[in-house]
Parts: sequence; structure tokens; C-alpha cells
Amino acid sequence: MAKATKTKRASVTVRGPHKMPVHLFVNRQDYELHVEPRRTLLDALRKDLGLTGAKKVCDEGTCGACTVIVDGKPVYSCLTLAIECEEKSIETIEALAQDGKLHALQQAFIEEDAYQCGFCTPGQIMSLKALLDENPNPTLDDVKRAVSGNLCRCGAYPKIFRAGLRAAEILRSKKGA
Amino acid sequence: MRNFEHITPPDLESAVDLLSERGTKSIAGGTDLLPEMKSRLRSPRRLVNLKALEELRYLKHNARKGFQIGALTTLAEIESNELIREKIPILAQAASVAASPQLRNMGTIGGNLCQSVRCWYYRAPEFKCWLKGGDTCYAIEGENKFHAILESSPCCAVHPSDLAPALMALGASVHITGTDEEGTVSLEEFFVRPKASNRQMTILGANELITEVQVPMLDGDSSGIYLKAMDRKVWAFALVSVAVQVSWDKERVKGARIVLGGVAPIPWRVPAAEEIVRDQAITEEIATSASEAALEGAQPLRDNGYKIALAKALVKRALMTLAERAKK
Repeated sequence: MAKATKTKRASVTVRGPHKMPVHLFVNRQDYELHVEPRRTLLDALRKDLGLTGAKKVCDEGTCGACTVIVDGKPVYSCLTLAIECEEKSIETIEALAQDGKLHALQQAFIEEDAYQCGFCTPGQIMSLKALLDENPNPTLDDVKRAVSGNLCRCGAYPKIFRAGLRAAEILRSKKGA
Repeated sequence: MRNFEHITPPDLESAVDLLSERGTKSIAGGTDLLPEMKSRLRSPRRLVNLKALEELRYLKHNARKGFQIGALTTLAEIESNELIREKIPILAQAASVAASPQLRNMGTIGGNLCQSVRCWYYRAPEFKCWLKGGDTCYAIEGENKFHAILESSPCCAVHPSDLAPALMALGASVHITGTDEEGTVSLEEFFVRPKASNRQMTILGANELITEVQVPMLDGDSSGIYLKAMDRKVWAFALVSVAVQVSWDKERVKGARIVLGGVAPIPWRVPAAEEIVRDQAITEEIATSASEAALEGAQPLRDNGYKIALAKALVKRALMTLAERAKK
């Protein structure tokens, strides 16, 4: 149904407070959810779409375990409203492995043993993915800065930094090959 | 978080109209508001989504007016903007240390200036502190190691913004649009000490929005620095920060603006220290006496006396660093 605006002034769009359809584009797939405006992107991914890679830890934008990529930028999905992500491209850890093959970052995390408990790992990897997408030749300092918003209470940071650099190498050699 | 209506306005005029209704809040980056809503510190019935207002997303520069930065510009955009890095690096520095990369991708310059204080009594819903309309500032007698050492009554929370001291050192202004009027005020006018009739750190009314931040053209030979002390190495809110912008006549200071963060409820400009360096070549003695003057009148609470020494050291280091660079 075409929406014709009769008044000269464009109208406001009011949605909620009850559940309503929200369209999300996650890992190159379209989804229609029925959620309230208060639904965070993190809860939408985990509870409505079953994508539990992004973790809910602090739920207040401090720890980084919920990091996903929205329109190419890493963000905290716990502080993002799902309703405000329509028409955006959302990337989560679930999209990294392709056809049963691990992404270079995942491979590098295994090779460098870049975790202990592994709970922060999806967030760390998504922050590094955003970095490598933008900068294929990062310095150690670039890598450190990229994961500076992701806490690892096990203290695996040195190995995480090495994994970031190794993944960059793997990607470069693949491109060169 | 209580539920709410989510409203997308077609333009700025509708946005401020909508904000006039009680129980309505605006949301841009959401990095400050959503945690407040999750802890039920605020429970607005309606949220007005400013992110839809493309007209507030720009960064312009020209030789006459300086910088005009739309309120929706993110901290990451400010940090990485080539013109800002070249002409007013102090602002890029402040943006780069303001928060984690994720938060810098989300948070906006307008929201950064309007953010609420981080005082733990204010953030805890079980304390009805003075700033939230109660009678008592619990931090004055309580746990206060992160609190103010200047102007600490009736509320001793400190303003958490990193951009604010840097912008104030640059002589910046904000353009405010409301339902009835609009206008431009300097940051010194925008930030006000909270008082019983206005329990917040700015003059911004409930139905008003910052729409633009303006940074005037700087004097020909000008340099600035932003230093921030934190209690951990990567990102945290400032214990103390200092923003210094100096205009030079060769190695002599023509004029300086020195602003402290983390020491008072608002970004704290220190004219007494600025006066000491004016018309001087900065030596260690001059920098030391400027740092003493900057903290004159400071009255620490039980746990924050360290902020005095920290602030003095930062002021001195900032001035000495700029002087060194001016010699080259």
C-alpha cells in the first residue's frame, strides 16, 4: 500500500511500544522479527535469531563481548536498539566460517592459542575483523587499539595481539596467492 | 528497561516539538542514555530518534568560520578527520582517548557534551542524591576518590567529557535549537554549575538540542595538547585531564587557554594560570607557577587529594611539551 503524504510537512513515524515487525539484514540474510522498541540488537540476535555468538556480559557497553559489525564498524550490540538497525548490514561471528572453512582470524586464534575461557573471543574477533577489513597491514599498535574496547579477564592479550597480526599475514598471503 | 514509543522525526523542527512533551527523551548514539534506562535511572515513555536527522551529520571547514561540526558527527569521525588532525589536533587527541573504539563509533559530539555524570551515587537508582532531586550529595561524605576538588557543593560529581575541555580550550561554541528560539553560546556559557533550580551541568532545556559545534579559526601560529590521566592504561573516564591551546609569537606566548577536566562539576577554565604564561617564554619556573595557580582554591574531599598533585603535574607537562615543540 502506497503511503501518500497529504500534508505538506513530512510526518513523524511512531513505532511501538508494543511488538511490531522489524526487518534486519544479518550475515547477508533478511529476517523479520516481532519485537518491542526496547529490544537491543544483542537480545534480538541471541533470543530472536538464535545467533548466540555475541555474548551478553556487562550489558552496559564496557566489556565488548557483544561486539558485532554494523555497516563496517564494530559496535556494542547491547547499547544498540534493534529497531535502529533496519536497513543496515549486520555482521556477526557466525558469518566468519564459510563452507566449513574457518576464517583466517579463527585459524590464527587457534594457532596462537589466543584464549583461555573463550568467552570474550567472538567480540575480540569481530573487533579485529573490522580492523582487517579496513587495514590489511596493521601494526601491533593498530591491533592493540582495535581490541582496546574488549576485556579479557583471563589476560590472553599478548596472544590476541599475535593472533591479530598472524591473521593479517594469512589474509595477505591468500590475496597474493 | 521500561518500554517506550520509538519516534522518528522527519526534521529538526518536529524533533524539538516532540521533545516538548513530558516523558520524552532524544536518543543519538545511545551510549549514555541506554545504560541509564536499563538501570531505571530514566524511564522515558517516548524516544525521539535523532539519528534519522541527516541534516545534523556534517563536518565543514572554511578559512573564515573555522570548523562547523554537525551534532551527529561521531567521535570516530572527529578523530580520523584529516583537517581536524592537521588544524586542531587537540580535538582529535581528546576524541581518540574518550572511549573504546566501539563507543567512539557510536557516540556523537552532541551527546558527548550532554552526557550525565559518572558519580556512582547518581548512577545507583537506590540513592536519591541531590542531583536527582534529593537533599543530599552522598559523595561529599562518602566514597569520593573520583569526585571534584573545586566547586564541590551542592554536587561534587565531575563532568566526564573529554571533548568539552578540548573544545573550551579552542574557544568553541554550540548552536542550540529549541521550540521557541535558537542561538549560539560559548561553552563557558553552556556549562553551568548545577543549582537547585537547574539540577544539571548545562543550560540545555528539555526541548532543546545541540545542533552544531563551532570551532573558530585559530591565530596563525597556534598549538594545543590534551593530556588525560586514567586509572587504567586503555580507556576509562579521566581522573584529571588538561587541555591547553597556546597562540605563539615565535617562542613567546601571545595567549593561552587552559582548561581542566575531572576536577569540577563542569569543565574548569583557569584564567589565573593563563595570565601567568601570557607574554612569556615558557620556562620550568613559569610552567610551575601556572600549575600552582591553576589549582589555587582546590579543596580535596577525603579520598581525592591526589587529584591536586596530578592536575598540577599535567598542567606543567602540557605547557612544557608545547614550549618544546614551539622551539623546533
